[in-house]
Amino acid sequence: MRRQGFRHGVHPPERKELTAGLAVRRMPFPAEVVLPLRQHAGKPARPLVARGDRVERGDLIAAADGWISAPVHASAAGTVAGIEWWPHPDGSMCEAIRITVDRWSVQVPRPRLVPHWEDLAASAVAQAVQDAGVVGMGGAAFPAHVKMAPPKDAMVDVLIINGAECEPYLTTDHRTMVEYPERVHFGVRIMMHSLGVDRAVIGIEANKPDAVEALRRTAPPDLDVSIIALEVKYPQGAEKMLVHAVTGREVPSGRLPVHVGAIVQNVGTVAAMAEVFETGLPLIERIVTVTGRGIARPANLLVPVGTPLRDIIEFCGGLEADAAEIVFGGPMMGLVQADLRTPITKGTTGIVVLTHEETAPRVTYPCIQCGRCLDACPVFLVPQQLGALAQLGRYEEMELYNLADCMLCGSCSYVCPSNIPLSQMFALSKAALRRQKARVA
Amino acid sequence: MRETRLEISAAPHLHAPDSTARIMWTVVACLLPPLGAGVWFFGVGALLIVTAAVAGALATERLTGPRSSLRDGSAVITGIMLGMTLPPGFPLWMAFLGGVVAIGFGKAIFGGLGQNVFNPALVGRAFLQAAFPVAITTWPANGAAPWTLRGDLFALPLMSPQVDAVTAATPLGLMKFERAGTDLMALLFGNTGGSIGETSAFLILIAGIYLAWRRYLDWRIPASILITVAVLAGLFWSIDPQRYASPLFMLFSGGLMFGAIFMATDMVTSPVTRAGAWIFGAGIGALVVLIRNWGGLPEGVMYAILLMNAFVPFINRATRPRVFGTARRSIA
Repeated sequence: MRRQGFRHGVHPPERKELTAGLAVRRMPFPAEVVLPLRQHAGKPARPLVARGDRVERGDLIAAADGWISAPVHASAAGTVAGIEWWPHPDGSMCEAIRITVDRWSVQVPRPRLVPHWEDLAASAVAQAVQDAGVVGMGGAAFPAHVKMAPPKDAMVDVLIINGAECEPYLTTDHRTMVEYPERVHFGVRIMMHSLGVDRAVIGIEANKPDAVEALRRTAPPDLDVSIIALEVKYPQGAEKMLVHAVTGREVPSGRLPVHVGAIVQNVGTVAAMAEVFETGLPLIERIVTVTGRGIARPANLLVPVGTPLRDIIEFCGGLEADAAEIVFGGPMMGLVQADLRTPITKGTTGIVVLTHEETAPRVTYPCIQCGRCLDACPVFLVPQQLGALAQLGRYEEMELYNLADCMLCGSCSYVCPSNIPLSQMFALSKAALRRQKARVA
Repeated sequence: MRETRLEISAAPHLHAPDSTARIMWTVVACLLPPLGAGVWFFGVGALLIVTAAVAGALATERLTGPRSSLRDGSAVITGIMLGMTLPPGFPLWMAFLGGVVAIGFGKAIFGGLGQNVFNPALVGRAFLQAAFPVAITTWPANGAAPWTLRGDLFALPLMSPQVDAVTAATPLGLMKFERAGTDLMALLFGNTGGSIGETSAFLILIAGIYLAWRRYLDWRIPASILITVAVLAGLFWSIDPQRYASPLFMLFSGGLMFGAIFMATDMVTSPVTRAGAWIFGAGIGALVVLIRNWGGLPEGVMYAILLMNAFVPFINRATRPRVFGTARRSIA
């Protein structure tokens, strides 16, 4: 049987063997946690605490600002040291609540269990998920509850759980599926309950047979959940690619999967959701893969959200001599870090420390029209032509060539033999277009 | 913690190992076996001609291109390819001039690597064909010892070259003007009259298969050209075998193999889409059969490729893929 997948795409080296076999370990609490108010897509949270306030682990410290927003909870007991501008993983500065962690606290959380969730209305379940601050754990950090309450006119018939983890190096979702398969299934149950769908599919790249096996073994007999192995290809985990691989449906340009009757949620997200109803704990810690050839002891860690990068690196034995670049997320789409004070957030899937060998600057040549970027682009754009237009600053024209459909997966840049930074140019072009439109409006 | 200088760069942070320079130099390496066959059959003079063409190309690239452009290997390819399309007794100064024109008017004038519309080596050859019609159709006989110099290699510029007494017609010339065939094995291994590099169809095919396997050339283009030539030539041959050459003869004679594998697959001047590659190849194949069967010249590969080069932007536009999640292909 042909493996389910999508057309085009690239095959970067996987390099998951560094951490794929390592069980998740809990990292000790750092001396300080820094919780940015913007850890999710949508409006930043509004702070509810002030300098000097005492907070317990799990306390609400910043409230969601509207529906497409998420609250922030204290990830450790301690004292609020202040609300300050602080380096954010995306490279900007963001207001963040700094908590000096109480060294003597036993860090016992104040749980707030939601009783009898099965009897609650879908909207109440979604509200409980929002109150727990659960966001997409696969990187984009889209508030998870929004996907539990699709528009009234949408005909959702399938829930798709994203366990592809197509980014090289990362093993966060892999370990979640291997070690907590019941929790994943519980999260799937909650999602299916609130969406009212009777079919769910968990899509996993075929390079994780143990994850497929673990989920199949624990699959609940009363639910229609199929676990399928997908073709190993980047970007298999991109929402539109995954929907296509699983259902054969094409999400229309500019639309969301819900328009073709599918809701996509990451495995880590449903596991976090399950934890809310299992333990009553909000999203205050997450699994992070710390990996790369530039880190002394790669690991899969359970880390309090807001732990500064420096503490995690120190816990993993520090940087190797040839460490060159630190990336939050995977190396294909991840965010490069310039400051060791930067905290991990709810959406940080991994910390990859690349070496000089991997990041060595490469000579750029003129485009030779080899067409490899066309064969790589998962949404069938013509990156070569978009790149030529970007260099000329003809952004409006790029829109006509469907720049908006580019999801910045980086496949074109990855294959370009002339080393033209295509996806970076497209990111800048998109930003330039946004600025132009803001000026006109 | 020990101080570490961190680098900052844009995603993606990994890159496929291929580079443009590596592609170009691999093509250069793959040109060497067919060139070697040319030297074997036509003597060291062949090597001198190719060297002169490369020198002309490199000198012009150095003068017109950015400082580092010699390193990408593309000018060397142009020079070798041009040299290999010339007859074995071609005067060296003309070959040098061809290299200058190939880079100067085939590439630099459009803006350098990646910008040119026409295959630069073929621009150089078209120029030589127009400027020196006699020299470029004088084919010395092969078979003498490799160190024998043939033709009038060292003719001075602007002087009429001495036409060597010992000449031989090419298989295509024989076919066109005398209706005489050539043994297929001779065609396959290159033991025939003709240009320096185009004679050994066998070695060219091997190099092409290797390049296609490395994905350094799009196999669809030669496949499409050769299939089209075989089908069309077969059609005419079955109608009138006396008048038209057989498909096997068509496939393995003249510059078809060299043109299909090395010239038409030049990435810069061929379509970027897969469907486009098939159309492009079919156009070249059809033109080759057209020119060889009815044209005034025995050979038509050069003009076929140059003509189809001009259509590449249109082919690219017409075969633009349908964007994911849209009903039709994007505009323009």
